[in-house]
Amino acid sequence: MIAPGPELSPARRPSKINVRVLRQDGPGTPPYWERHQVDYEPDMNVISVLQKIAAQATTFDGKKVSPVAWDCGCLEEVCGSCTMVINGRVRQSCSALVDRLLEDNPEEIQLQPMTKFPVVRDLMIDRSRLFHSLKRVQAWVPVDSYFDMGAGPRIPREDQEQNYPLSQCMSCGCCLEACPQFNKVEVIRHAGESDEAFDARKKQAYDAEFIGPHAISQAMLFNSHPVGKNLQKERLETLTGTGGIQACGNAQNCVAVCPKEIPLTTSIARAGRAATLHTIKKLFDR
Amino acid sequence: MANNRVLVVGGGLAGLSATMKLAELGIAVDLLSLTPVKRSHSVCAQGGINSVNDQTRQQGDTEWNHFDDTIYGGDFLQNQPPVKEMAYWAPKVIDLMDRLGVTFNRTPEGYIDRRRFGGTLYKRTAFAGATTGQQLLYALDEQVRRWEVEGLVKKYEFWDFLGPILDDNGRCVGAVAQDMVSMEIRSFAADAVVVATGGCGLVYGRSTMSVFCTGSAASRCFQAGAKYGNGEFIQVHPTAIPGADKLRLMSESARGEGGRVWVPRKPNDTRAPKQIPASERYFFLEERFPKYGNLVPRDIATREIFNICVNEGLSVDPTRMCVYLDLTHIPRHELDRKLGGILEIYEKFQGVDPREEPMKIFPAVHYSMGGLWVDYEANGEGGLLPGSPRNQSTNIPGLYAIGECDYQYHGANRLGANSLLSCIFSGLFVGPGIVNWMKSNKAAADLPKSIFERAVGEHTARHKKLLSNASGAGENPYLLHQELGDIMTRTATVVRYNNQLTEAYEKVSAMIERSQRCSLADTGNWTNQNVIFTKSLQDMIPIAQCILKGALMRDESRGAHFKPDFCMPSLQATDPTERRLEAEKWCDAFEENTNKFLKSSVCSWKGQEPDLVFEDIDTRLMKPRPRLYGLVGGEVIEEVWKQRSRSKEESAPSKPAAAKQLAGSV
Repeated sequence: MIAPGPELSPARRPSKINVRVLRQDGPGTPPYWERHQVDYEPDMNVISVLQKIAAQATTFDGKKVSPVAWDCGCLEEVCGSCTMVINGRVRQSCSALVDRLLEDNPEEIQLQPMTKFPVVRDLMIDRSRLFHSLKRVQAWVPVDSYFDMGAGPRIPREDQEQNYPLSQCMSCGCCLEACPQFNKVEVIRHAGESDEAFDARKKQAYDAEFIGPHAISQAMLFNSHPVGKNLQKERLETLTGTGGIQACGNAQNCVAVCPKEIPLTTSIARAGRAATLHTIKKLFDR
Repeated sequence: MANNRVLVVGGGLAGLSATMKLAELGIAVDLLSLTPVKRSHSVCAQGGINSVNDQTRQQGDTEWNHFDDTIYGGDFLQNQPPVKEMAYWAPKVIDLMDRLGVTFNRTPEGYIDRRRFGGTLYKRTAFAGATTGQQLLYALDEQVRRWEVEGLVKKYEFWDFLGPILDDNGRCVGAVAQDMVSMEIRSFAADAVVVATGGCGLVYGRSTMSVFCTGSAASRCFQAGAKYGNGEFIQVHPTAIPGADKLRLMSESARGEGGRVWVPRKPNDTRAPKQIPASERYFFLEERFPKYGNLVPRDIATREIFNICVNEGLSVDPTRMCVYLDLTHIPRHELDRKLGGILEIYEKFQGVDPREEPMKIFPAVHYSMGGLWVDYEANGEGGLLPGSPRNQSTNIPGLYAIGECDYQYHGANRLGANSLLSCIFSGLFVGPGIVNWMKSNKAAADLPKSIFERAVGEHTARHKKLLSNASGAGENPYLLHQELGDIMTRTATVVRYNNQLTEAYEKVSAMIERSQRCSLADTGNWTNQNVIFTKSLQDMIPIAQCILKGALMRDESRGAHFKPDFCMPSLQATDPTERRLEAEKWCDAFEENTNKFLKSSVCSWKGQEPDLVFEDIDTRLMKPRPRLYGLVGGEVIEEVWKQRSRSKEESAPSKPAAAKQLAGSV
């Protein structure tokens, strides 16, 4: 609040920071690089750099421009909003500390939007597909009602300790950006198309593509809940269908970039085993 | 009710629980949010959620005790029926969240584990690591997604609520909102609008709140005629990590799990914290508040930390003000299991492992106890009447407010782990009342289109006017926001003085006109964050005025509102007889102050500034008593106070006894 001045850091601080941003004015328009320069202050992160750029609205060489658009929320890495590609690496911009970035590259900080999602504007991207995947795996506990029915089932501590990390997934999309099997799907709205028609077309396009590691992990989370597992079969149907688990190429990039260190590949392995059993069972049930 | 629709604005805990409950009742809901609802500010809540539970019950705890702690912690500034109802619902709320799959920490036997939080002596708090808010929000987000698939909920994410629409009788029949991507402005007809838009931390520039928490949605309702209550009560959390862009919360659960706050006894001690022996450490909260220790209510812990740095010169860092919050005596695995999330935040943003080194923390603006004024209807037992359309209703019929943006539950100071409860409780409870409200009204969809067109026209005009201010000579909205934040942080946080508040009020009031002259760097009509921000900045100002005006007119100290020129002193006398006399006088002064200021400050908008009146508080269940945590001489005051209360009861025996009996029978 009132506390001025943050931790001291190395004496070799620059007075200015160079920032290069890959901008794009809207969907379907060509991207372009733009250089900005902001005053260095101790304790900065990429969010505070972008805040300064917004306030200046002037490029490195003095040209007036509109502020760079970007998405952010909590600024403490629990909301998942501010994902972007920073110096070539996908991550949250709130926890990207300027001092650390300058240690790696003192010349400049480079900001790009994620590449696997359609750009809305500048660093803003449309991640609706990510949330749609959560519908595909029915990532919820199908309770009867919200009336008072007493406590839920007792949960052993080991189960909680296995599930809690999976439940920390903040839908940031880092795993999807890093996954070689997850490719960009961009559905462009036709002139005069209604919301409903456009949504239906998006749904169809998303349903044909890879569901992504985050959704596989959520499916495992809910399949291991005593009531959540009532939808186990339906989830496994999705995972064994189009864009399901067989699309995973086991590159293991997802787990490497997850800011919450969620054991995504463990979930994928569990899902793989469950899917195999499910398929065999279906064979015998026929 | 085939045609009925409700618009819920805001998708945090309150908005989502209202949405899922309404959907369960068969009502179609449009859910509007600045962000995908899963990213709402509720994710930042760390510590937990309170209720009496099987364990505390056997130690003598009851729902009534939870109610009492909440009222006493809030310094009696709440209308009591809603708070009572919340405390009695609390165990049911946690049961429901448990059924929805929230990954609460478990005891070895598999029961929900509990920890202790501030302002209570019982372990009431259920938690999921140190990311309880996130976990609760996700459970509700999942349920709402389920209703979305069922077709009863339609989400409008990245939409900005611009204001309610009122018909000619003053009834709320919908809202105008703007798509933050395409910039389209349109109306939403709704038979009821539920505002669940959280706090107003951004009025202070930097706080522990997310960037969405501007208070602008509440302000837009306020400017449309809704009343705003107790604005001056802003919680400053004792422990946060200072940062350039935001002040990151360090949860009270760190102290709940045994964290200790201290400074070296010697000013400017340059030794590393671990080199300082225990005898030279000043555990000032434990020494000054032996009963509650590090878990005194937040307003008190904040003032003590502030005081130790500012007035006693014992800050542990020469370049900035902060104190140690020490967890290093607790085993690593224990810390990781119960506090992992917040320790990672500290580690990531400060580059120091708090399991090895004490953390450096300082207070930060955290929560708005005040908010939109809402009504309630009590039942015969002093709780709420379920299904009453008056519950959570603002003074504009059909416009409801729930969660942090209402003023109802936390009085002058919120207890830790009560906010998640009030959000979910108010969200669940509002649904049946809305259903009953809709039964007695004509469907909004059948009203003449002109009402909606007119409202869209007004908001479109405002938008266009702002875009046309592109000369470049006007105010920079981002710098004006910084200026507002600086003024508010300097004058209206921990310690408040009338001369400073007067000056701040004038400066902030002048910002109304200045903010109209903002010139925008972006005048386009595609994802224009510049104009969205500027509009929210303009709307922060009326809220800032409510805060300052309330603070100025409230010449007393109560909970988070502290004026050194108007506070109840400690007892000075050492001689028992004199001390007793002093305590008598103290109690006289207390009673006088209670009569004058135990009232809600309620603001109405008058175009350029708020008009403030004081409104009586419903204390039907529990008479106000002095809040004495750690006050020198508190035991004598308490004795005198009890004697007085007893003699009053004897002269009027029926009332308090009956209330207590009724309360006990629920």
